[in-house]
Amino acid sequence: MSPVITATGLSKRYKNSVALDNVSFQIPAGRIVGLIGPNGAGKTTALKAILGLTDFSGQLNVLGLDPRKQRDKLMEQVCFIADVAVLPRWLRVSEAVDFVANVHPRFDRAKCEAFLARTKLTPGMRVRQMSKGMIVQLHLALVMAIDARLLILDEPTLGLDILYRKQFYQNLLEDYFDENKTIIVTTHQVEEVEHILTDLMFIRDGKIVLDADMDAIGERFIEVMVNGDRAEAARAMKPLDERQVFGKSIFLFDGVERSTLEAMGEVRRPSVSDLFVATMKGTYA
Amino acid sequence: MKTFYWLVKREFWEHRGGFLWTPVIVGGLSLLLTLMSLVTGEVLGRRNNLFRFDGGDSIGLNGHLDASMLDNVGGVLDCVLFGVIALMLGIMAIVVFFYCLGSLYNDRRDRSILFWKSLPMSDGQTVLAKVASATLVAPVIACSVGVITGLLMMVMVACVASIHGLNLWQLLLHVHPLQVIASVIALIPLYVIWALPTAGWLMLCSAWSRSMPFLWALLLPPASLLIVWWFGLLGLFKVGAGWFWGNVVVRLLMSLVPGGWLRDVPALGNGLHANTPDALLDFLGVAQNYATLVSPDLWIGAIAGVAMIAAATWLRRWRDDS
Repeated sequence: MSPVITATGLSKRYKNSVALDNVSFQIPAGRIVGLIGPNGAGKTTALKAILGLTDFSGQLNVLGLDPRKQRDKLMEQVCFIADVAVLPRWLRVSEAVDFVANVHPRFDRAKCEAFLARTKLTPGMRVRQMSKGMIVQLHLALVMAIDARLLILDEPTLGLDILYRKQFYQNLLEDYFDENKTIIVTTHQVEEVEHILTDLMFIRDGKIVLDADMDAIGERFIEVMVNGDRAEAARAMKPLDERQVFGKSIFLFDGVERSTLEAMGEVRRPSVSDLFVATMKGTYA
Repeated sequence: MKTFYWLVKREFWEHRGGFLWTPVIVGGLSLLLTLMSLVTGEVLGRRNNLFRFDGGDSIGLNGHLDASMLDNVGGVLDCVLFGVIALMLGIMAIVVFFYCLGSLYNDRRDRSILFWKSLPMSDGQTVLAKVASATLVAPVIACSVGVITGLLMMVMVACVASIHGLNLWQLLLHVHPLQVIASVIALIPLYVIWALPTAGWLMLCSAWSRSMPFLWALLLPPASLLIVWWFGLLGLFKVGAGWFWGNVVVRLLMSLVPGGWLRDVPALGNGLHANTPDALLDFLGVAQNYATLVSPDLWIGAIAGVAMIAAATWLRRWRDDS
């Protein structure tokens, strides 16, 4: 199956900064990709380029279309939730459903109404009367009823309480995602998406510094907890990162043989957030 | 086409207050004021014994009116209808002015543009739907509400007149509400062409400015007028500041006011000296108005308007600041 997104030499320059610096990557179908990076690393610019919302140099192919020239056609296949607060405040629930049902050829009204029935939203309610969590429920109900091939989520759960956040990802996994769909998500709440991701991309200063699927990451990166007396030996092996817990040292290694590390202490798979912190060391320095 | 219809409907949903409720409220208020003044007239008239109720009437409406006087009464009633519609359109012009200024700016400011842009519709359709809402939907609603209000007002005045013995059926032959309504409807296409430069200019400012489109839209034309005037002082420009004011500044900012084209109809001066209401209405008639079609001013303005709308569409597509 051909990849959903192919980017080759993608660059985007703003007046006094580089948002994307000659980036190339491929995203196959049926994946959930986490695009993770510090503030200002170029995540949103990359997503905007994919959505045809911004100009750029380089090659970009999304579902066989050029997002700069064929944006209207592309949006039949692509959905996005940009942020929780972007539904217009005057819009009523019924108006939102009517409108999307009539302009989107792949929208399933019954499905949307079934999703809405599970919430406290009523047809006459306006967005301005809703809490942030309810707005995102409405947006998600609209988006999940669209049979799109690519869904892009840019900080979809920013500012939501933990109940809404959990429910958001659970709905996505249970009622939306399948092998024909692809989801790209950016978020700072890495812990929450960690278990649903199939692929991970780290972006820093406009460059992709890590692009791998979760299995490969589990093989490549290993965390080992070492007693104080063996810390020097571990340090000699050039770990990515070191931190102290209860008098022991935890080292994060990239591409070191698992058996070697097992001999030094207790090994485990690093969490994405630890990996992220280690990779992004010195970003703001 | 279906998408376009729903885009226009979306504009109506968002601006129901300005497009529909404003004229309805103004219409209700003017009916109330009419009723109050008619009642005042009746009460004061009776108190001061102006009317006699022994079959005759000191004002003597019936029997003393010949056909030409009835014509005048009918003409006055026609003018009432026309005046109410004009009032509605004047208020609509203010509403639409601010609608255009916000049309491509407000959703950028609150970032809801990202929601609209996540749906499969082109920016061209979006902008055109907004132009249609401003130049077509708003005037049609304002005219409809104006017609209803005006007709009710005519009925009220006619009823009071009939109390004083005026024969309603006879009067009916001398009022021409259908003619007034037809000419108002016929003028709407002309209005669309005439309004394009202002709609285009305001929407261009709305699509372009990062903040305060109102200030840009209002300040740039007078500022350029100042420059033209200054160049004129130096003798560098052939065109005078007066010409620039009338043909650029006023056209960019004031063309949403209906009937603005009449300044180019030389016969209008005579119309204002008309001594019967009918004659005045004739001058406001369709043929007089459409005489404007021969003036290049109208068409140059329309072309400039279309160009500015195209520029606004381009900005809508590529402006990247949300």
